[in-house]
Amino acid sequence: MREPLSKKIVEIKPSGIRKFFDMVSEMPDAISLGVGEPDFDTPWRIREEGIYSLERGRTFYTSNAGLKELKEEISKYLERKIQVSYDPASEIIVTVGGSEGIDIALRAMLDPGDEVLIPQPCYVSYLPCTTLANGVPVVVPLKQENQFKLTAKELKAAITPKTKILVLPYPNNPTGAIMTKEDLEPIAEVVKEHDLYVLSDEIYSELTYKYDHVSIASLPGMRERTLVINGFSKGFAMTGWRLGYICAQKRIAEQMLKIHQFAIMCAPTNSQYAAIEGLRNCEGEVQEMRTAYNQRRRFLLHEFKKMKLDCFEPFGAFYVFPCIKEFGMTSEEFATRLLDEEKVAAVPGTAFGDCGEGFLRVSYAYSLDDLREAISRLGRFVERLRAQG
Amino acid sequence: MKEMRKQILKYLEKNSRADLGELAILLDSDEVSIANELAQMEKEKVICGYHTLIDWDKAGEERVNALIEVCVKPQRDKGFDKTAERICNYPEVTAVYLTSGGYDLLVTVEGKTLMEVSRFVSGKLSPIEDVISTTTHFILKKYKDHGTLMFHKNKSERMPVTP
Repeated sequence: MREPLSKKIVEIKPSGIRKFFDMVSEMPDAISLGVGEPDFDTPWRIREEGIYSLERGRTFYTSNAGLKELKEEISKYLERKIQVSYDPASEIIVTVGGSEGIDIALRAMLDPGDEVLIPQPCYVSYLPCTTLANGVPVVVPLKQENQFKLTAKELKAAITPKTKILVLPYPNNPTGAIMTKEDLEPIAEVVKEHDLYVLSDEIYSELTYKYDHVSIASLPGMRERTLVINGFSKGFAMTGWRLGYICAQKRIAEQMLKIHQFAIMCAPTNSQYAAIEGLRNCEGEVQEMRTAYNQRRRFLLHEFKKMKLDCFEPFGAFYVFPCIKEFGMTSEEFATRLLDEEKVAAVPGTAFGDCGEGFLRVSYAYSLDDLREAISRLGRFVERLRAQG
Repeated sequence: MKEMRKQILKYLEKNSRADLGELAILLDSDEVSIANELAQMEKEKVICGYHTLIDWDKAGEERVNALIEVCVKPQRDKGFDKTAERICNYPEVTAVYLTSGGYDLLVTVEGKTLMEVSRFVSGKLSPIEDVISTTTHFILKKYKDHGTLMFHKNKSERMPVTP
């Protein structure tokens, strides 16, 4: 029989999280700190709007780019939040989660051999999606000493004549790092100097603490060079609704729309109606969730400090990324033993790129009660390791 | 209102058993400041008490609660205050509100049995001089009380590990 598979897809490694997921799934009494989605239910008024839209029989396709009403709300929202204006009619595409945005952006912009700079540790999709789009992923390893921010120096060193796109995933999963305006400005200068485009994945933009989120698209001369990905999964606790959007200048958006049109058709109609309510009336609910995350974040950082676990202070998303190098084992060993010995699941940093070695992603999308229990177990584990020397 | 006060109150409103040390960490403050702020708010009666929300049914204890609509003849200069304050004096009464709408006062009453509450209404509440009429509604089931669901909610179905 002929080989049924493409070489390209076979060569792509499956997500490193999968293996860990299987282990944890077989341990029903484990406390997990391994989740990448909010613990909150979607705010009720959003869910109710989804229910009403089904009752009203809104079960048909929408136009490819999404409901006009939703795109208008997205446009207003972005104007309000990142001070960048996008034409709802031609520059916004409603997608199936932020993930689809990553895919159609890379497919619309890459020719074979074009290089995409991917700062790591980062979310697991950018690299395989680049490969699938026939681009060449170039990893830029980030450092804890820079709080896992991308620096202009690191960026410059990675640029070649083939570099076309920089992926900028902030606030960051898994590190929780954010980039402030001051951090972004030198990056924008390098991007302009080398005539690059930026794929700015801002899916966690609602979840920043102490500092407001800043989009690189809002810096001078960057709007036309930036594709902004955002969505409802994290800030509005709507992961399962699969709804996001991507904004870009018309010329790029038109081509992305073709891919979206032929591959997806349109984002779920029901989710789109529900999301309108989210953008219009859920500022309060989002703020409540942000406050809760921030409290948990402080709690975890304090506890890590108490157990003398090296951890930089992250100001975004719902992750902390403590360093476990002192124990002289790999992230995977550490995470596996933590799971076996104390029944606490946290994802090894290496699931998000090789430079995540020596780190652990700890999610705080859990109630304080759960976190308290998990942290006391982690503390016990760490002490035992130290005592064993 | 000071931001710190607001944060403390918002937290305590949902969890009055907060440990001061932990509260200080959560709110990015220190234990002494929090303790001072709390003491001050208790003194100012901003914080009026620390109560516990109990499901007496589950505790196996018989309790009967009723909401009573009360129409009251207002008095010159005093309005409804005098009658309302008089009603407050009864230990059976757990809350008294002046409301807009079809009646004047909403009174909540707690007793051990239906009979006990009925006797209170007919024997104590109704005979009060300026009380014109009462309508008693016995509470049959509590679904949500003080912002807290009183029924079992399905457990989260999140997968244990996701990217």
